[in-house]
Amino acid sequence: MSRPSTLNRRAFLTVALAAGTAVTFTADMTIAAGTKAKPVLLNAFIRIDADNRVTIGSKNPEIGQGVRTMLPMLIAEELDVDWSQVIVEPTLANEALYGPQSAGGSRSTPVNWMPMRQVGAAARQMLLQAAAKTWSVEASSLTTASGYIHHKASARSAPYSAFILQAAGQPSPSLASVPLKAASDFKIIGQSITGVDTPDVVKGKAVFGIDVSLPGMVYAAIELCPVFGGTLAWMDEASTKALPGIIAIVPLNSGLIPSGPNDAVAIVADSWWTANRARQTLKAQWKTDGLTDFSTASYEQAAAALHKTAPQKDLVKIGDASGAMASAAKTVSARYSYPFIAHATLEPQNSTALFSDGKIEIWAPSQTPAAGGMMVGQVLGLAPEAITVHITKSGGGFGRRLMNDFTVQVAQIAKALPGRPVKLIYNRADDMQHGFYRPAGWHQFEAGLDANGAIVALKDHFVTPSDKGRPVRAGDMSPAEFPAKFVANVLFGQSMVPTNMPTGYLRAPTSNAMAFVFQGFLDEVAEAGGMDLPELMRRTMGEARAVPFYDRGPVFDTGRARGVIDKVCAMAGWTGRTKSAEGKGRGFGFYFSHSGYFAEIVDITVTQGTRIKVDKVYVAGDIGRQIINPMHAEQQVQGSVIDGLAQALAGQKIQQVDGAVTQKNFGDFPLLRIDAAPAQIEVAFVKTDVPPTGLGEPALPPVIPALANAIYAATGQRLRDLPLRLGV
Amino acid sequence: MAVQLSVNDAKRTVSAEPEKPLLWVLREDLGLPGTKFGCGTGLCGACTVMIDGKTVRACMTPISAAAGKHVTTIEHVATTAVGKRVTEAWVELDVPQCGYCQAGQIMSATALLTAQPNPDAAAIDAAMRGNLCRCATYLRIRKAIQSAADAGSEGAKA
Repeated sequence: MSRPSTLNRRAFLTVALAAGTAVTFTADMTIAAGTKAKPVLLNAFIRIDADNRVTIGSKNPEIGQGVRTMLPMLIAEELDVDWSQVIVEPTLANEALYGPQSAGGSRSTPVNWMPMRQVGAAARQMLLQAAAKTWSVEASSLTTASGYIHHKASARSAPYSAFILQAAGQPSPSLASVPLKAASDFKIIGQSITGVDTPDVVKGKAVFGIDVSLPGMVYAAIELCPVFGGTLAWMDEASTKALPGIIAIVPLNSGLIPSGPNDAVAIVADSWWTANRARQTLKAQWKTDGLTDFSTASYEQAAAALHKTAPQKDLVKIGDASGAMASAAKTVSARYSYPFIAHATLEPQNSTALFSDGKIEIWAPSQTPAAGGMMVGQVLGLAPEAITVHITKSGGGFGRRLMNDFTVQVAQIAKALPGRPVKLIYNRADDMQHGFYRPAGWHQFEAGLDANGAIVALKDHFVTPSDKGRPVRAGDMSPAEFPAKFVANVLFGQSMVPTNMPTGYLRAPTSNAMAFVFQGFLDEVAEAGGMDLPELMRRTMGEARAVPFYDRGPVFDTGRARGVIDKVCAMAGWTGRTKSAEGKGRGFGFYFSHSGYFAEIVDITVTQGTRIKVDKVYVAGDIGRQIINPMHAEQQVQGSVIDGLAQALAGQKIQQVDGAVTQKNFGDFPLLRIDAAPAQIEVAFVKTDVPPTGLGEPALPPVIPALANAIYAATGQRLRDLPLRLGV
Repeated sequence: MAVQLSVNDAKRTVSAEPEKPLLWVLREDLGLPGTKFGCGTGLCGACTVMIDGKTVRACMTPISAAAGKHVTTIEHVATTAVGKRVTEAWVELDVPQCGYCQAGQIMSATALLTAQPNPDAAAIDAAMRGNLCRCATYLRIRKAIQSAADAGSEGAKA
């Protein structure tokens, strides 16, 4: 089921090079300092020192999803050491050596579940071979536990550290055939392990991208063309350059992400505060011809007009939707929409670079650090060997840091100042106004029901923002949106509204919007058919079976979907959408994304007619047979739920006027605050015997329709536009 | 301009423009990057520090306003009994996800429990609503404050 490993024997080539010598994961060998003997690298991920301390390289960017803890857990488990022996250290970005190093698509778990375990198991085999030779016994007569090798027959025991030099000289076993533990023998996988960075975080010592500090470092602020796609027409830098502390003014065009013009002016100073303040003295004019007509209001008007016409193209055509609609016992129609929204990571975009002697070294809070290095190479004309990328912690990612625009920018600034490390930091308004937004969308739905309430016809006219005649990034709709594969007559059409907004992937991309519109509309369909949404889902899906080619998962398994639906209904004591008391309501939502099945129920109270308080959320999820770190799994789910509630309730909407975004900060683009968070979010996992999949995203989408459906239950008002607002 | 102040119980002299915010003095001039930049306008709380025991937003506090005063940052908060209990509870419950906001959260929580050793749920929310957490660790923040408060009560009884 899991993807073929992209990690291969290349990861072990270093063993030959490294045998008997000290080799590091990163350029600075912090862990080795202070140890008596030099530690030995067993493979690209594992270093063991003379005191039997095990340093494990963690290869993927940490953005709050717990991956820096989780991947080393997999290695440590199969290496058969105690977690207390383990020190975790980030690796450099080097996908040739470490395999994929991105944080996105909830892919870290499915991609690494086998390879990271195999890495640990292979190193353990090498240690066993070395011990067998040293003791002149069969390797099969040896056992391991807690970083020790035991030979029962001769009552001998020794720590791994006794064999590290010999082990490093052993041939690496084939990753594919190395024996792995049975799940019943797991000692680390399945335990709640504290995040490896937590002790540093609470002391203020964890190093995020923005905290990188280098000798002689200077700081850059950036003035980006406020209108997307504009170019620098004229600039007078004299008065800015004359200010105390200002070191350089550097015109930029990152040009790569997004493609096309992306002009900016960097101001470099001995303090970021000085650089940022100096922006107000910079005289710059931007060429924005033809770009200032783009606005939120014009998109909304265009979408409304398009919904009065036929779709520009068909996306899905199954059976005869119009014919079936005409003969349906009942029809339901509704129009739904959602706005552009920003990622709003709490750590503003930033990156640090040092260019000297034709080489560049980068410290980037990036979700795709290797891709960032490649882009820098393209823009600066550098060979891959001339580029080193350090992966720093990120103060949130949510998809924003899949883009490396800030790294390309700082690389350009650094090239203009050879020999001086430069740190570029966006201020909050830069961050808010120069994002890669979740695209807006508009849906005109119609469903036809038979006399029993079953869906016999479904239509959706989807209007999406476009660029160069194609839907923008993350503006596509899957032809398999539920229930397209389960209805005999389906017509999904698409029309496009041109935009200059840069768009991108926001946590659970497309799903965060599609779940709201489809599950919201299906709640209406269920009501028209005389049932509730869980029941409509069960009846529409029918018997347990695998439906191929669905979303990002290999299949959509209706049995697993039903499993979480039944589970969450049992957890909440669901008896339908009926009101339990004045102002109280509960709603249901289900969604399948990133291979995860999630059903959620939201309980709310509406007071003073318009104030929505979320009391409790119930979540049932199925991501396979194994929850690797239960505490972090619960955190991901609870965080995803509140993230979804924030999108729906806090008032998040990025608006564009005259081609530029008007939101500047958390005042006009609010996040959810603690007093709006539910008192409880109860999480349960349904286990299905398939390899585990990721958890960064799939718990988010269903909470939004569950909330909207709860508001309907409490008030009788259908809110069909995000952000949700009552009584306006 | 030279400004003298106490930072984490050490006397420091800073040469900076009087309007330079304390946040950037801490981060750039004093080598204390634990206090974070989030919004620059006092809306997110990531830069929360204490001046003479009271929380302030360092991004909005000119260094001149800290002259002659005692500044406490995340790097030093665990030297107080309350701060120690709070950070221990934070680790025990593994509150952080990305961790970026947590310095500010811990400073606000420490100030709350110093002023009010046994806050109820509403008081916790009221005291913490100025600190945004984009990862939404709010449920654990509430629990950790409760846990630190309980630890304080037990300590007082002992």
